[in-house]
Amino acid sequence: MSYFSDAWQWLISSQNWHGSNGIPERLLQHLEFTGLALIIALVIAIPAGLAMGHLRRGGFVVVTIANFGRALPTLGLVVLVFVLTAGSAASWLVPLAALAIPPMLVNTYEGVLQVDRELTDAARGMGMTEWQILRKVEIPVALPLILLGIRTSAIQVVATATIAAYIGLGGLGRYIIDGLARNEYNVVAGGAAVIVLLALAVQGLFMLLAIVIVPVGLRRQAQAS
Amino acid sequence: MSWAWQNRDQIGHLLLSHLYLALVPVVFGIVVAIPVGIMCVRWRWTWPPILSLTSIFYALPSLALYLVLIAYTGLTDWTVIIPLTLFSLSVLIPNVVDGLRSVPQPVQQAAVAMGFGRLRQTIQVELPLAVPIIIAGLRVATVSSISLVSVGQLIGIGGLGYFFTDGEQRDFSTEIYVGLVLIILLALFFDGLLVLARRWLTPWEAGRAPRGERRRAVTVTLGGSEAGLTGAHAHHAGHAGGGGGHGGGGGHG
Repeated sequence: MSYFSDAWQWLISSQNWHGSNGIPERLLQHLEFTGLALIIALVIAIPAGLAMGHLRRGGFVVVTIANFGRALPTLGLVVLVFVLTAGSAASWLVPLAALAIPPMLVNTYEGVLQVDRELTDAARGMGMTEWQILRKVEIPVALPLILLGIRTSAIQVVATATIAAYIGLGGLGRYIIDGLARNEYNVVAGGAAVIVLLALAVQGLFMLLAIVIVPVGLRRQAQAS
Repeated sequence: MSWAWQNRDQIGHLLLSHLYLALVPVVFGIVVAIPVGIMCVRWRWTWPPILSLTSIFYALPSLALYLVLIAYTGLTDWTVIIPLTLFSLSVLIPNVVDGLRSVPQPVQQAAVAMGFGRLRQTIQVELPLAVPIIIAGLRVATVSSISLVSVGQLIGIGGLGYFFTDGEQRDFSTEIYVGLVLIILLALFFDGLLVLARRWLTPWEAGRAPRGERRRAVTVTLGGSEAGLTGAHAHHAGHAGGGGGHGGGGGHG
């Protein structure tokens, strides 16, 4: 068997493009899991990172969360929560959100922390309030790093949401888990191809986003250096 | 605990296979990343294409790669080792390049003044000074690799990941806890070893905040997913920061 011909055959077969097990439907479910987990992580991690970065405190907590998050095997967390909660929605949502929090938190914190002291002092001297300093100075300057954190989280979650199928959920992982269980390699091959393409698309999308929303002045500065 | 004791033989066996699957890719990674990194610094035009390649490797979900490789390597250890090696490379190459480039200008000029050739300057002066940043990358690669191996269990090759799928099927949480705790302990243990290695390799750093390491360990993002992504970060972070980190002159931090 050859991976590419199997994957291609599966991808172009029209029966895989509609119905409840069709690619569009599965893709939508996958994006739903991913989006929900990312939103939860965003709401927790970004404000926390901004606050700790602005106050210049909590570095130790951030490093600890970073190291711990990297070491934690997601598959283990998924099955553990699944077994402990008898299969509730928490079993995919908690691990995926937990996976997404550390990159966002670390990069947001570090991004704000790295903002030049002279810059914030100047802003303070001009009479800006702490809130204005955060909103008008620190966030724009830290934006490239904050976006990098969100991108890293998004790529990880998109890839890892595949595992949710192992505990019986939908999404693109269904093709992989079912294909492996039934020994249908072409289904596995096709599913893997869709997941790879999705991960690369997310990576590309965020790179574009960074170009579009990072302030022009900062981009110039980055190029100059 | 009694379950763990009764099954100590199986645990020991899976522990060894887990370590093998996780560490071989990191060793391959560093052996390839150092020469490639040196090349990227020496011939600057090679860096942009290699950087693009590493960010693609970084984005590739490891589980998907395992599945692709089944067609070529069957269900063997290589099916897991090859994707994890690509992942390690995507973390290590940017760190090696960053490390080499972070060497301050005066040090480089001193080496030139002492009559060092370009290659000798890179190997004897820049490489040792880059050790803290290279080790920061190794820590990310090692810890992530140890955690990512368990995903291989979905194709039946996952070391301690076996306890996750088996525990799920038997609805037996103790087994899952044992797997989780062992993987986290292994990761922390090797992380600690690398910190010791850094201290031993860079005695001149003793007593001051390790250059690069302190800020980088933070910036680096986290991984543990299948996406496997953790690392590019160290690198991107340096640059993305608007040149604050490096471009800005390497001196601070």
